[in-house]
Amino acid sequence: MSASALVIVAVGSLVAASCALVGSFLVLRKMALLGDAISHAVLPGIVIAFLISGGRSTVSMMIGATALGVLTVFLVELSYRTRRLKEDASIGVVFPALFALGVLLISRYASAVDLDLDCVLYGEIAYAPLDVLTWGDLSLGPRALWLTGFVFLLNLSLVTLFYKELKITTFDTQLAATLGFAPTLVHYLLMSLVSVTVVGSFESVGAILVVAMLVVPPSAAYLLTQRLSTLLFLAVGLGVASALFGYLLARTLDASIAGGMAVMSGLIFLACFCFAPRHGLLARWLRHRRLGRRLAEQLLMLHLPKAGELGWELLDQRFRWAPGRLRAIARRLQERGWVEPGEAGLRLTAEGVRRLEAAGQQPLRHPLGEAPLGDSTAGAGPAPASP
Amino acid sequence: MDLSFFASLLDGSLFGSFLGASSFGGIEWSFTLRNVLLGTTLLGVVGGVLGCFTLLRRESLLGDALAHAALPGVCIAYLITGAKSSGPLFLGALVAGVVGALTILVVVRWSKLVTDAAIGIVLSVFFGLGIMLLTYIQKLPLGNQSGLDKYLFGQAATLMPQDVQLMALLGAAVLVLLALFFKELKLLTFDREYAASLGMPVLRLEVLMTLLLVAVVVVGLSTVGAVLMVATLVTPAAAARQWTDRLGWMLVLAALIGGGSGMVGALASASVDRLPTGPVVVLVASALLTLSITLAPRRGLLWSRLRYLRMVRRIRRENLLKDLWNFGERRGDEPGQRVPWTYVMGLRGLTGGRVEATARALEQEGLVRRGERDLRLTTSGIAAAQAMVRKHRLWEVYLTRKLELAEDHVHRDADVMEHALTPAAVAQLEEVLGYPTLDPHGRPIPPARGELVSTAPISGGAA
Repeated sequence: MSASALVIVAVGSLVAASCALVGSFLVLRKMALLGDAISHAVLPGIVIAFLISGGRSTVSMMIGATALGVLTVFLVELSYRTRRLKEDASIGVVFPALFALGVLLISRYASAVDLDLDCVLYGEIAYAPLDVLTWGDLSLGPRALWLTGFVFLLNLSLVTLFYKELKITTFDTQLAATLGFAPTLVHYLLMSLVSVTVVGSFESVGAILVVAMLVVPPSAAYLLTQRLSTLLFLAVGLGVASALFGYLLARTLDASIAGGMAVMSGLIFLACFCFAPRHGLLARWLRHRRLGRRLAEQLLMLHLPKAGELGWELLDQRFRWAPGRLRAIARRLQERGWVEPGEAGLRLTAEGVRRLEAAGQQPLRHPLGEAPLGDSTAGAGPAPASP
Repeated sequence: MDLSFFASLLDGSLFGSFLGASSFGGIEWSFTLRNVLLGTTLLGVVGGVLGCFTLLRRESLLGDALAHAALPGVCIAYLITGAKSSGPLFLGALVAGVVGALTILVVVRWSKLVTDAAIGIVLSVFFGLGIMLLTYIQKLPLGNQSGLDKYLFGQAATLMPQDVQLMALLGAAVLVLLALFFKELKLLTFDREYAASLGMPVLRLEVLMTLLLVAVVVVGLSTVGAVLMVATLVTPAAAARQWTDRLGWMLVLAALIGGGSGMVGALASASVDRLPTGPVVVLVASALLTLSITLAPRRGLLWSRLRYLRMVRRIRRENLLKDLWNFGERRGDEPGQRVPWTYVMGLRGLTGGRVEATARALEQEGLVRRGERDLRLTTSGIAAAQAMVRKHRLWEVYLTRKLELAEDHVHRDADVMEHALTPAAVAQLEEVLGYPTLDPHGRPIPPARGELVSTAPISGGAA
């Protein structure tokens, strides 16, 4: 890996890690789209800072954008608090208005000068190694690396410092307020942090990657764990992995690196969505199947008489299961020694009867075929036995 | 169907001026202006109507996701067909939008994530894919995303008659759908489970609505762009919501507000130099929303604030009446005796000015007579005050007898309820309690005011 590739991956990873730290809280607070809203709404702040300072100085733009980020959150809260709008609608009306204002300001006052949206909102990570910070004659390395590194350290230290406060206000606002934790203050702290992260990151990597990194890795991590601390570590790890493999993906296809990183985070999310140990699709499906099988086993045992056997044909008629299912279920029970094959059917073993009785179920007195259907199941009772 | 916009997305050489720099000196009725005007107005109408449903279903930000999700569709359609003809590209955008909507549904249905996060995931990942494909297609030096700003900001100035026709077609489709299934859509919006239990084709209607939504969003891309599309859907609907509680009227109003903002946006950007269409449309709609939230009758913030202030003032007047009466009772004298200002001043933690204003208002109603150093109740003032005390003490009796609260715990609650009890409630209370004559503290409950002196209702100045 060349030096410039290393810089790109490092910048991407730092952005991913910073975003994961604050994004996890956004996802847990069900405010994932506030990150998206902020990343668009900071535009007028950048333009105003640009117009006032008259140049693309990073510091003034950071201040302008952060102020607008906090203003966005404030306006969203304000319109939500009036109870005239729902939360999603509040977000949906505030950020486009601010964004529109930003575009308007650019086209009215800044179009003649060197400020176009490409460099402000869609900064390209591929240029990161080229823009080098110098101090006198001394080259200090890429500017983006310093900026994103600073944002990461800021996030890391503040999240560590206020971990307890963030945790309790995220999960139980009422309790936090009762205990004197000032949820509103913590909320605005988090939102300022999101604003700083968005602004500090998208100049070097572009807005779309920031939004992806704020939402996708934390969501993926959320599917893997129930613990906040684990969630944070996982989110950072998945974010960094997205940056690294996304870079490789983009290189292979010779396409946008930021796009590649976003896509990679999506693929990682897809993997978690499908294969997460407890909440993944596969795990759900397996659990569902296991439950179904256990239910079938219990049903089958409940239908067998205490003495004597029940013919395969009758069983087939009774259950109408898919072909082969009855035999498969019977085989599983047989392996456990609870049923055994009779001459032309199936019967309970002594162990099987004991099992049923231990679970509070009475095996049938008479063979199934001799009683009408309603009666035969009535003896089994509604509660299934647990083997 | 010829949306040249989608073809121009892929064309790196066409560096679009998203600012829509159509510099007319004053409004000039040109071919372009006609298209832009019709296009933005139609988009506003259709977006406003469909936006009502997404707003009420709390899926306001779905439009944002769909708008961003369409980009990879354009690119994939190009990669498959290899031609920059607009039809397939438009179709690609539609398909990608639908896939995006489905993905959101699947993620919400099969994971513990909520809609908000699902929208964020689809939005950013699909858009990231779109950017990747776009750069891959352009095979230009890294970072040249020239088609992208057009996608994000739209190009109202390049609207073609075909685009306008397509929007009209969409509008007609929405109208037909509404005319045929208004009842079903209404029920679906407010109570999905109930609609399903009645055997309505819930899923099919939802698919149909989502398809229309995707179509509007994709068409809107060429006018206002991906970012502002969400406002085209949400803002007019949110504004319309403030004026009415009926879905039918809300749809009409949203169409008017959306169409109006579209029209104003197009005209403003045509008449003023360097004024982009999309942002003006959104800002006009946002201004209308702000107006609606403040000024709409009943729901308007201004009116509810006024109602609140009026109530506060009424309660202050009622409290002062009661305080004056209590002063008289405590002295064992007749209730109309002179009460020194110094007594009432410190009583309720109000500033002196507030107390004086309250007393002045009561004097205007003929309930109080103000003097240099003291004030007293007039005859009708006594009756009004007695009515208040009566409500207070009756409520205290109710709390101790029926709710079995301790005698020393009921005063505070009665202090609140005395301002809220209606004459009918008081009558019922008396009946339930068997016409008590003493309150829990052993003080007499004054008789109904009619038995003493007839007075005007105290709430004369209040609503």
